[in-house]
Amino acid sequence: MVDDGAGALTAERPGGDVAEREARFEPKIVAFCCYYCAYSAADLAGSMRLQYPPNVRLIEVPCSGRVDPALLLRALEEGADGVYVAGCMEGDCHFQQGNFRAKRRVGAVKRLLAQIGWEPERVEMYNVPASDGARFAQVAREFTERIRQLGPNPARGRKVRS
Amino acid sequence: MIIAEQKPIPEIAAQVRQCRRVLVLGCGGCVTVCQAGGEKEAEILASALRLMGVREGWDTQFDAAAITRQCDPEYLEGIARKVAEYDCILSLGCGVGVNFLAERFRRTWVVPGLNTKGAGATLEAGVWEERCLACGDCILHLTGGICPITRCSKSLLNGPCGGSQGGKCEISPEVACGWQLIYDRLKELDRLDLLLEIREPKDWSRTHDGGLRRVVKEEARL
Repeated sequence: MVDDGAGALTAERPGGDVAEREARFEPKIVAFCCYYCAYSAADLAGSMRLQYPPNVRLIEVPCSGRVDPALLLRALEEGADGVYVAGCMEGDCHFQQGNFRAKRRVGAVKRLLAQIGWEPERVEMYNVPASDGARFAQVAREFTERIRQLGPNPARGRKVRS
Repeated sequence: MIIAEQKPIPEIAAQVRQCRRVLVLGCGGCVTVCQAGGEKEAEILASALRLMGVREGWDTQFDAAAITRQCDPEYLEGIARKVAEYDCILSLGCGVGVNFLAERFRRTWVVPGLNTKGAGATLEAGVWEERCLACGDCILHLTGGICPITRCSKSLLNGPCGGSQGGKCEISPEVACGWQLIYDRLKELDRLDLLLEIREPKDWSRTHDGGLRRVVKEEARL
């Protein structure tokens, strides 16, 4: 699918030929952000008027430990070009272990993607403290640039799930 | 419980890529507990196969579902109508589940997504280990609750072989000698006398001989 009603997910603009569209490939990125850290850091980045790429769509989660492999894969199936999880700094998780669990699950999805011929770099785990708006913006820029280099999700624009 | 682990995805893909509609079927029993083939694992595997199909250009549909147990007929009846829509079931049950599905759904191709490892227990979160070989003739009362059939690499019945060194088995420095474990435990319990008696050769006909082992409990029959 390209859109499925979630218009905000579509960074592409219509029109132009294929070469032109590819030339201005704008990644669609989903970021699962922990309420206690990265999501607050995003607010802070806004308050500080820091710029970060509009490609990144945030999904607030109560803890990065809420994210499991099925969610990350679903985002890819739905057309996200890259997905990342942003949790608290290691040792600072509000629920003690959630960010370590998220880290292991992201690692598992990377290994799974390698098995099925996808780039493991399309998923990543970051640690972003609530107090660091600049770090949030930096992560968004870094990851967007990485995905821009990787190119579009092969599932983009296709109905993958029945 | 039965412990199992998922096969590598390319191996699974090779089994199902010629099929048009594949039902990835999880089991709510043992393989859910050992996180190999439950509802969640079925969902993840179906998702992975769909993504692989995009990359490889397959024209195969993968859907996920799960039932309470794949080893009980009543739960298979509950999915009969759904199964009719598919030409293949990719079972995430143990080997028993795969067999049972194939017996019930005779026109549907049934393939295994897991390698079944045996009867085991949870050592810690995410770690499971075999404890019973299902030999059919339990002697744990003679060995302090530690199974020589499972723990001893040779399944010896009368103490360790010469390969027992420093408490380890000669097959690997990582593997404890089963008979050392038994000796240590019986010594702790002051029951070394159990080792003085010579055990006769085991009756292996109760293990896997003369066809499938069947258990009948008359009062439980309808």
